[in-house]
Formats: sequence, C-alpha cells, structure tokens
Amino acid sequence: MVKLGKDLLGLRDLSVEQINLILDTAAACKDIFKRDIKKVPTLRGKTVVTLFYEPSTRTRTSFEIAAKWMSADAVNLTVSSSSVSKGESFVDTVRTIEAMGVDLIIIRHALAGTPRLLADSVAAHVINAGDGAHEHPTQGLLDLFTIREKKGSIAGQKVVIVGDIMHSRVAKSNIWGLTKLGAEVTVVAPPTLIPPEIESWGVKVEYNLDRALVEADVVNILRIQLERQTKAFFPTLREYSKLFGMNQERLKRAKPDLLIMHPGPANLGVEISEVVSDHERSAIREQVTNGVAVRMALLYLLTGGGSKDAVLH
Amino acid sequence: MRYCIKGGEIINPAGEFQGIGDLLVSEGRIVELGKNVKAEGAEIIEAHGKLVCPGLIDLHTHLREPGREDEETIATGTKAALKGGFTAIACMANTDPVIDNAAIVNFVVEKAKREGYVRVYPLGAITKGLKGVELAEMGEMKTAGAVGFSDDGKTLMNPAVLRSALQYSKLFEVPLLLHEEDPELAGNGVMNEGYWSTLLGLSGIPAVAEEVMIARDLLLAEETGAKVHFCHVSTKGAVNLIREAKQRGVKVTAEVTPHHFSLTEASLENYDPVYRVSPPLRTEADMFALRDGLKDGTLDVIATDHAPHSREEKHREFALAPTGMIGLETALGLAWTNLVRTGYLSKNQLIQAMSTKAAEIIGQPGGVLQAGMPADILIFDPEAEWEVTESELVSKSKNSPYLGMRLFGKVETVLVGGALKYFNQSFIE
Repeated sequence: MVKLGKDLLGLRDLSVEQINLILDTAAACKDIFKRDIKKVPTLRGKTVVTLFYEPSTRTRTSFEIAAKWMSADAVNLTVSSSSVSKGESFVDTVRTIEAMGVDLIIIRHALAGTPRLLADSVAAHVINAGDGAHEHPTQGLLDLFTIREKKGSIAGQKVVIVGDIMHSRVAKSNIWGLTKLGAEVTVVAPPTLIPPEIESWGVKVEYNLDRALVEADVVNILRIQLERQTKAFFPTLREYSKLFGMNQERLKRAKPDLLIMHPGPANLGVEISEVVSDHERSAIREQVTNGVAVRMALLYLLTGGGSKDAVLH
Repeated sequence: MRYCIKGGEIINPAGEFQGIGDLLVSEGRIVELGKNVKAEGAEIIEAHGKLVCPGLIDLHTHLREPGREDEETIATGTKAALKGGFTAIACMANTDPVIDNAAIVNFVVEKAKREGYVRVYPLGAITKGLKGVELAEMGEMKTAGAVGFSDDGKTLMNPAVLRSALQYSKLFEVPLLLHEEDPELAGNGVMNEGYWSTLLGLSGIPAVAEEVMIARDLLLAEETGAKVHFCHVSTKGAVNLIREAKQRGVKVTAEVTPHHFSLTEASLENYDPVYRVSPPLRTEADMFALRDGLKDGTLDVIATDHAPHSREEKHREFALAPTGMIGLETALGLAWTNLVRTGYLSKNQLIQAMSTKAAEIIGQPGGVLQAGMPADILIFDPEAEWEVTESELVSKSKNSPYLGMRLFGKVETVLVGGALKYFNQSFIE
C-alpha cells in the first residue's frame, strides 16, 4: 500500500503514487464542504502547531481550518524575524515545542532548507508550508488538484507558469508535481528571473508570454513580489505588466478553455488584471477551497491515516 | 638529539637526493641524506615502506587566536597541523583584534614559540582592520615576523588601494594573498549558483563573481610586478584565467583547498551547513578543472583554509551558519586519496604542492631535504587506510564534512626543527 513518509518537505521527494494518494484523499475531504456540520473526529487528540517565521494569513488560516475540521487541536505560533536575529537557536525552539507533546508541526520560513533542519531535529511530523525559494508543496498539490478537477487529468496538459520563477517556491513545487504527472510545462519570465539550469527539470523556457499562451491549457500566474525590487530584475512594474501581465487582450488570443490560476494574493493590475482574476475561466477562488481539502488530506495521511475512504469517518 | 631515518622512500623534488635511503638529523638540522648513511650515535627511526618528505607547509590556516579561543587556539591549531603532517603554517589575519600591527604579530609569534607544535608564520592584514581603506604597516609587521599579507575573508574592492598595496609590497618582497569574490555579484548568495541552487532554493554565488576579481588582479599583478597569490581558487574559469596569464609570463601563484578538489555543490543536498564554505563548493566540472590546474602547475599549492567553527554556530539554518570547515588533519589524506591514487599528481608533484612551493611563496626555509637545512620532516604511510572520526580530531572544532570517510595516507612521524614531535602516530609531549 502507498504511504507517505514522516514529513512532507517537497514534491521532489514524492512518487507519482504518493501524489495520487494525496489528491484522491483530498477529493474525499472536499465532500465536507457540502455538509452542514463541517467537523469530523478523525484527528481527535492530535495536536498540530503552525510555526510561521514569515507573515501569512492565507496559508496559515487554511491549515488551521483543515486541522479544526478534522478535530485536531491547532496552536498558532508566529515568530517575529527579530527574535531570529537576536540569535535564538532554531533547533532549541523547535525541540521545546516538541517537548510539549506536539504531533505535527507546520512550518513556514524565509530560509530555504529550514523545514529539513526541523524534520531532522524532531520526531514529530513536519509539513513545509513554504521555505524561501525552495518549495511550497501544499500549494503545489492544491494546484495539481485544481487542474485535475477542472481538466480531468494532468498528463498531457500544457501548463504555462509565468512570473518570478527564480524566487518562487510555488513554481518549483508546481514544476516537480506537474512533470512527474506528465504535464508539459513552460516557464515564462524575463531572463533575469529564470533560475539557472531550470531546463534540466524538464521544462521549456520562454521569454514571450504571447507565444507561450497560444497552445496553453492552463496558465498559473505568480505573484510579483513588490518588495523584491532591489536588484533591478526588471525596470518597472509598468513594463513588467505590459510584457508579462495577464489581461483581457491576452485572454482573447488564448484557447477558449484556458484555465486561469494564481496562488494569491494577487497584485491586481500588475501580473493579472481584475477582469481576468474574476473571469469565469479563473479557478482562483476554487484553489483556496481546494487548499483546505488538500491540507486535511495531508494531516490525515501523515499522522497515520491509510484509506481515503476512512478520512471523513 | 641525533636521529637516523632508515630505509624510507625519500620524496624530495627540490633536493639533490631522491629514492630509497637514509636521512641523518643532528642538532636540529639535516646532516646527510643518501644511501647507507652512517648512523653512529643516532636513534634509528625505521621507515621501510614509508615516504619521507619535507614537512608540509600550509599557507592558509585560521588559528582564531586572538579572539575566538573557544573555536581554536594557537596550541590546538598547531597540534592539529602537526597531526596532519605540517611542520609550518601561515595563519590568517582576520582574528579579533585583526593582525594589522606589529604588536599583534608579535603576540602570535611569541605565543606560538611557547605553545605551538609547529612553526607559525603570521600573515598580516593588507589594510587596517581589513576595511580596505588604509594600508596597514607592512614594514613594521614584517620586522615582527609577518611573512606575507592578506585581507582574507574580504575582497579588496577598491582597485586603487590594492594597486598601492601591491606597489608598496615590493619594498619588502612579500606576497599579497588575495581572497577574490565580488561582493555585489555574490549578493546574498550562500552556495554556488547553478543547478543545485535552483533545486535547493538557496541564493547562488555565480562563478563569475570570483573570475571578474581574478581577471582584474591579474592585470594589476602584471602592471605592478608585485607578488600576487590567489587564495582558494574554486572555478574552472579562474583556472583558465590564471593559466593564460602564466603563459604570457605574469608571475602569480595560486592555491586550491582540499575541499574544492574533493567535493562538489551536490553535497549540499540536505542543507548541512558543514558544507557551507567561502568560496562555495562548485560543480563537478570545476572540481576536475582544479585537479587539472594542479597537475599542469597552474595552481601551485594545496592550502587548507582550515576554518574552525563552534557547533553552536554551525548547527543551524544553512544561510545563517558561518562559512568554513577545518582541514589540517585531513588535507594529506584527501590529497593522497583524490589526487595521487587517481593519477592526477605524482608523489613529487604532491610534495611540491604541499610543501616546496609554499615555502618559496612565503620565502621561508623548508620544502626541501638538504644538508644544513632545518630538519622539518614528515614520514607517512601511503598505503594505510584510516577513518576520519570526531574523537580522533585534535582541532578544537569538529566542523569537518569528512567524518566517517575512509582515506589513504596516514601521518606516522613528524620532526620539527630536528625535534621528534609526533612518533608512530602519537604526540611526544
């Protein structure tokens, strides 16, 4: 029987079978949204901590809701970056948290690899909720889930990922997952935001969004980090938006069934126009819903759950 | 004491006698070497099946004293050096306080005389406080015992300051040892930029950050005619630049570390900060280019960049851990295993790279076995296989990535100035 390991640190580590197990279990979890009382006793007695070293409302709330609907006790810890710079030992902090009887720790950290250090330091399960420019596996999985749900399958889909590929953990997790499941991935960005040797991951690199969109079945638009303007990766947001922004004009030229995705939060009018964001082909809200389902599935599978059919019982 | 080292294979690239033979030492100096040397009145050191060579000399050790005696001291660092087969080390200036004046040079020299296990040659800072602005007192420091100058850890970015330092250094005929990495191109990088930085999501330092500085400073070396030595060369492009410059007659020297010729960036896969070094571990192509550079003499010496760090500082988030690893006790084994056994270097080339050329660069005795020279001698067993273990390391810090690794080439016996300091793998206190 297919099982997950102790931790979920990235999609690079998962097999196709493991990814499908997560997606199938998430599909079962999604049933709960139709219910009046959205709470099942599956994880009663388990304690889950969200340990966030970077501010986040969406991802953390999504995890918290997922934990609560599964009847786990959820504790939220936000660690200010100032206490990190004060030199508090990370390993000491997480061992202290574990000593309080925690079963699973969900971590977000600005520094890539920190979830790995956490997983190596504690016996509790660890879920990476985003580490630097490394991976954001739960976002990657919910994106896979959304494509599969909307398109029927992932194999053979032509997926365009546009934006700051270099610094995006969402892009990295998407690329691992999509290529494992047989999608054809093209990344689009100015050359300054294409990470070195990304072609070796089995993706195509394209600088021209219009050319990439012609054949695309799915476009996943990444958030441009407005705060990351120090290194002059591109001259202005206006120029970026003109070259790489997803707007109505571009939408008109794309295939009629193009699926529009964005991990949020969007800079409306920069990488995506409001009209496109709210368009009937946009799955952006649905992605948020799917995020809860995927995270429920992961909490269940990592803490020992086996059958997808038992997840809501 | 008189010692006669009997029957070993004498590796002596710069000396007159090579091959199986004996070596007689008396009153601190080498008296005679050759076949069937008369050993009357001498204590015999049996060396059949062993290699007998000039003691190793390291041009790049961080002793951490003064300032970080919790990580290493002159006593523990030189003890590690001795165990690694070194009879002399040059120590870097980036201590706290910085070795940028004669008083601190003097402190190191005097402390090393009292507590050191091997010879210690301080390197002074090129600029006061390593700040890259004002020249430090080279003349005063040289008189106190400094053998060269380096702002290692920092790149001298102001070309006018470096040019001036190079011109001034000619007054004393001392080498300037340059750490070459453009901090703007390196940015907030923590590893080599390339396949693995993309995969790990860590910021990359491109090879060109090193290469632009080496290109600039080759021109300054050529123009000034000063003695320029490049520290820890790490990229294929840098090797090519130095090779081309040497071919057109530019007199520079360069070093490579054991970790750069034995490891690649792929080691970082699990984010273990023990592999975080400056310059970063590079690609396999770079690693092999460095071996080729040693082989054809583009790179002159192997230097350790022995950089002790406490466990507390190293065992943390990768990007927050300090750079550097210890290397004195594993350098010879790594070189023997990776370079000689694989056919990259002959025994002679190895000793040139780890001893003879290092002595030449800093203008100090050693590097050759010759009658009348100080008896700094290493005897090692090239066939002995050993495992690197934490408990065996005598360095105060244990930040070695080689723990658990098996290496060939084990130091047996070391004489420093004719005194038997390490004998049959044991310290003689």
